[in-house]
Amino acid sequence: MRFDTPATTNPIDQLKIVGKPTDRIDGPLKTTGTAPYAYEWHDVVPNQAYGYVVGSAIAKGRIASIDLTKARAAPGVLAIVTAENAGKLGKGDWNTAKLLGGPDIQHYHQAIALVVAETFEQARAAAQLVRVDYIRAQGAFDLASAKDSAIVPDGATPDTAVGDFASAFASAPVELDATYTTPDQGHAMMEPHASIAAWDGDKLTLWTSNQMIAWSTGDMAKTLGIPKENIRLISPFIGGGFGGKLFVRSDAVLAVLGARAARRPVKVALARPFMFNNTTHRPATIQRIRIGATRDGKITAIGHESWSGDLPGGGPENAVQQTRLLYAGANRMTATRLAVLDLPEGNAMRAPGEAPGLMALEIAMDEMAEKLDIDPVEFRILNDTQVDPENPDRRFSQRQLVECLRIGAERFGWKTRGVRTGRVREGRWLIGVGVAAGFRNNLLTTSAARVRLDHRGVVTVETDMTDIGTGSYTIIAQTAAEMMGVPLDKVVVRLGDSIFPVSAGSGGQWGANNSTSGVYAACVKLREAVTQKLGFNSAEALFEDGNVRLGSRSVSLAEAAGEAGLVAEDAIEYGNLAKQYQQSTFAAHFVEVGVDVATREIRVRRMLAVCAAGRILNPKSARSQVIGAMTMGVGAALMEELAVDKRHGFFVNHDLAGYEVPVHADIPHQEVVFLDETDPISSPMKAKGVGELGLCGVGAAIANAVYNASGVRVRDYPVTLDKLLSGLPEI
Amino acid sequence: MRSFTYERASSPAEAAAAASAEGAKFIAGGTNLLDLMKLEIETPTHLIDVNDLALDRIETTPEGGLRIGALVRNTDLAADERVRRDYGLLSRALLAGASGQLRNKATTAGNLLQRTRCPYFYDTNQPCNKRQPGSGCAAIGGFSRQHAVIGASEMCIATHPSDMAVAMRVLDATVETVRPDGTARSIPIAEFHRLPGDTPHVENALIPGELITAVTLPRPVGGTHIYHKVRDRASYAFALVSAGAIVQRDGTGHIALGGVAHKPWRVEAAEAELPRGAKAVAEQLLADAKPTQENAFKLPLVERTLAAVLAEART
Amino acid sequence: MTAAPSGANAQAGTGDMPSAVGEPAMSKVAITVNGEARELDLDTRTTLLDALREHLHLTGTKKGCDHGQCGACTVMVDGQRINSCLTLAVMHEGDTITTIEGLGAPQNLNAMQAAFVKHDGYQCGYCTPGQICSAVAVLDEIRAGIPSHVSGDLTATPQATVAELRERMSGNICRCGAYSNIVEAIAEVAGRPA
Repeated sequence: MRFDTPATTNPIDQLKIVGKPTDRIDGPLKTTGTAPYAYEWHDVVPNQAYGYVVGSAIAKGRIASIDLTKARAAPGVLAIVTAENAGKLGKGDWNTAKLLGGPDIQHYHQAIALVVAETFEQARAAAQLVRVDYIRAQGAFDLASAKDSAIVPDGATPDTAVGDFASAFASAPVELDATYTTPDQGHAMMEPHASIAAWDGDKLTLWTSNQMIAWSTGDMAKTLGIPKENIRLISPFIGGGFGGKLFVRSDAVLAVLGARAARRPVKVALARPFMFNNTTHRPATIQRIRIGATRDGKITAIGHESWSGDLPGGGPENAVQQTRLLYAGANRMTATRLAVLDLPEGNAMRAPGEAPGLMALEIAMDEMAEKLDIDPVEFRILNDTQVDPENPDRRFSQRQLVECLRIGAERFGWKTRGVRTGRVREGRWLIGVGVAAGFRNNLLTTSAARVRLDHRGVVTVETDMTDIGTGSYTIIAQTAAEMMGVPLDKVVVRLGDSIFPVSAGSGGQWGANNSTSGVYAACVKLREAVTQKLGFNSAEALFEDGNVRLGSRSVSLAEAAGEAGLVAEDAIEYGNLAKQYQQSTFAAHFVEVGVDVATREIRVRRMLAVCAAGRILNPKSARSQVIGAMTMGVGAALMEELAVDKRHGFFVNHDLAGYEVPVHADIPHQEVVFLDETDPISSPMKAKGVGELGLCGVGAAIANAVYNASGVRVRDYPVTLDKLLSGLPEI
Repeated sequence: MRSFTYERASSPAEAAAAASAEGAKFIAGGTNLLDLMKLEIETPTHLIDVNDLALDRIETTPEGGLRIGALVRNTDLAADERVRRDYGLLSRALLAGASGQLRNKATTAGNLLQRTRCPYFYDTNQPCNKRQPGSGCAAIGGFSRQHAVIGASEMCIATHPSDMAVAMRVLDATVETVRPDGTARSIPIAEFHRLPGDTPHVENALIPGELITAVTLPRPVGGTHIYHKVRDRASYAFALVSAGAIVQRDGTGHIALGGVAHKPWRVEAAEAELPRGAKAVAEQLLADAKPTQENAFKLPLVERTLAAVLAEART
Repeated sequence: MTAAPSGANAQAGTGDMPSAVGEPAMSKVAITVNGEARELDLDTRTTLLDALREHLHLTGTKKGCDHGQCGACTVMVDGQRINSCLTLAVMHEGDTITTIEGLGAPQNLNAMQAAFVKHDGYQCGYCTPGQICSAVAVLDEIRAGIPSHVSGDLTATPQATVAELRERMSGNICRCGAYSNIVEAIAEVAGRPA
């Protein structure tokens, strides 16, 4: 189905099932421990052996030699894979560093060997016996030092300029020129990367934990140099991804190579202390923001520059993107620079670009509002735009940022805030509130599904879409139920298998809208197949209560399907509506924090997000996406930092004790409001995404609240108590 | 994890005798030992499970104090009515540490013996004098935000991670042990943990095979009991700094710090300054502090934490 | 330079290692899991977590970190919640173990499991069994009068307030960030509004 004109009324608009806060259909499996994750498929192939990964002890250099003698002789060892004996391997399109390193070492904990043994305990012990001699090379590990050597990155969005930023900024009556930093951060999903690989002749089956089935099937084929038709990738349950499982990683490649070497199925999970340096992370940024405005608060110049680093051949963190679209202003510029760093591979983590970009931009807006002596909510409203500021002929398909801010301010009680910093106190706590705008684009991509109707009237949806905790199973079931006029319990959803039609996959908050649109398209086709078989006029037939009806004639879907059943497959494909209209999602985040008057410990007390993101397909699971993102925003703002050892080039705090993410005690009750919105320009579902929007802006809202509470403006994340120890009143 | 043989000991003396063999180690709660064995930071070849030794009782001593069996779980110790009533500092310190699950397993003796959480100690690719004597200290000049600001050496700047030990130090606890030859001894808590000096791998006064059987508390001293732990995350995190205190109505008292040194940090002379306030106490406590650039904030933080403690004591 | 690979032993690089890891030492252990008596002959190195997952194929108990830093492996042993990753299976001779599979089944959820579904107290589902086991045990701990870090008066009987639930559940990390919903689910089971 080609979607190239705005959606009109369609069966989804009935909203009998779509749009309802339905409990997740996979809930009973997940809450009873019966949903199988990647490492847990004990019964699919017999005789599974265990692989344990050996990582590089240096960040950059070469392996002079590897001695496997002792490891090979260890009890239970079946095979050891290294770059020397693995044969020629390609590199996937989505990987920067090799997943099996050697002899060249590109980063710390780059995988250099897999030890396969009869048991996990034997594999782990034998892995310690692999002896490696390294020749260490000089590397670059410090972004601040490498900043001056940064260049315009290949392939990324080039620098942008509209009007005359330099003159407008120079002549602005009120101006801000400030630099902000965000640290390297880890996905830290709860399920470690894990895979089970089994060969049957030249056919490979891989049970893994992966957000993007088709990308990863293709990359695995490319890595191995075999046709992708020979690979089946299965990933129906994923214990969190956040962008860290978009790609094939070392667990998968090494399980596959280990299975080939050991001539047995092999299972591999990455050890937690190994994950932070072996896999990808959100790269640190240095961001300079300049804003010039008139005295009455109209932005006349806005500039955003960002520096980040990555391995040679890698890409930048696109932290300036939202600044091109979020606020009005005639004179604007953005620039992105990339330095070479020999740290582990930087890559996508939830809301790549916007998450760190808004952490900086939305502090800058707060600072500017203060300079102008304008309420920060009003300052943002004053500079709203309904068109793409770089191309005023191009409107936003929907843009309710102002409504988000106004409704949020009302619900949060914003007007009662203490405008002067450090003045509101409750017992040992200094209280402050902060606001920030949230922004994330709506990305459209082809997504296919297959829908079957059987003789019991059951609708089965098959698509390689994944559910990484987002609720895909449930919203896809709701979509199919609504389209086919059956109750939810008459829908079976099968996901995450490369034998199913290729979907959008899970990433960039594009999963919900695109994958359900693909299911919509397939259901439209299935409806046609049903009506055609019954000789009904398809345009007038009604699908409801498990029947298809035309006038006085009604036939049950079960009967219509017959013994043979009916199958339809289709994909949603998009025209150029995304070019004609800017499609984005918007939010306003409000946060209240307490800062301990003595120790400067920071605790979040209240959080509210108001979101405008098209039709909300399931308010319950969508709300969960947003509160989860808000929680990740608390971590990003207040504690998460992969500490770089700038001498040895690695993330030092590489486990879940050292890399602190929020715990229960850090998170108060969270409120989420979804504005009533449909966006017919987005898709037939009229939906957009929320999973990343919920993170965008939260960090800055927290930082602004800390400023409001304490009077100390911290521009270097995370905002930790040590950065507040000077400047607060004595106790 | 290396292979090891396993036995369950049936008496303290028997356990101590078995543990004097090369490569032998006791296991009780296991929450730190197994963590370290998985990384081959600890590599025992024989484990002696001491959980059957009936050292899990809390008894009142003839002097009016408490004798806490070495195997009393952190949860049970924190929840004991006598501890809650008379040694609130100890309950508070225990409850500020780890998680409910860990406290259900972790023992009194094991808590005293837990090893540093220095990330370089935990990463066997990195030099560490504590893990591999003579290899160097990667924390010096590295990521040292959590590390010691006082009592450290050029060999090691690690901290002792225990909250409970800070309380025990304030309470003047005594560690009771049995040695491999079957003889018992008592070690004052002040002499139990060591500073790193030139031998950071030697962390306490125990000899090989020596088994802790109990920790004894003197009779209660009254006063207001406070344990104030400062951390970025609200729970389930090690202290940046902590302060354990007993403050009497007249303003006198006892105080020790966690998160600043290789052992619970108490300077009795500093306690004389308590009536003069936090600044005076902190100056004495940290007189010879040598922080790194990354953890220099701990000095003002200690003073502010002490101020909060004293303010709380007054209310 | 010579360096040992990640996780190598302390003497790495000196060339003076023991010749190889020894043959596994095996040990028998009898435990009761979810009401069923089980006998296992295990490598002594096997954690309770791996015994459940890899030997008994009870994969509801999750391995998130294997180092006591996340709580995904929480099970109840003789009624008390522990991290099953930081205990050896052979240390549990005669013990009674309850895992998520012992609390309820998809067609027969227990009250806590049902409350998690109702309040959407999970997303990816990986920490969920540990959260639920912990939640059940937390309510028992409160009933037993065990205080917590946030209990105002140590000598008073603790209540199942949201502050108490949040503190006591803090050993169970949920990176998806379902905390707010999880606490509402537990509070409902505890019989008080969140």
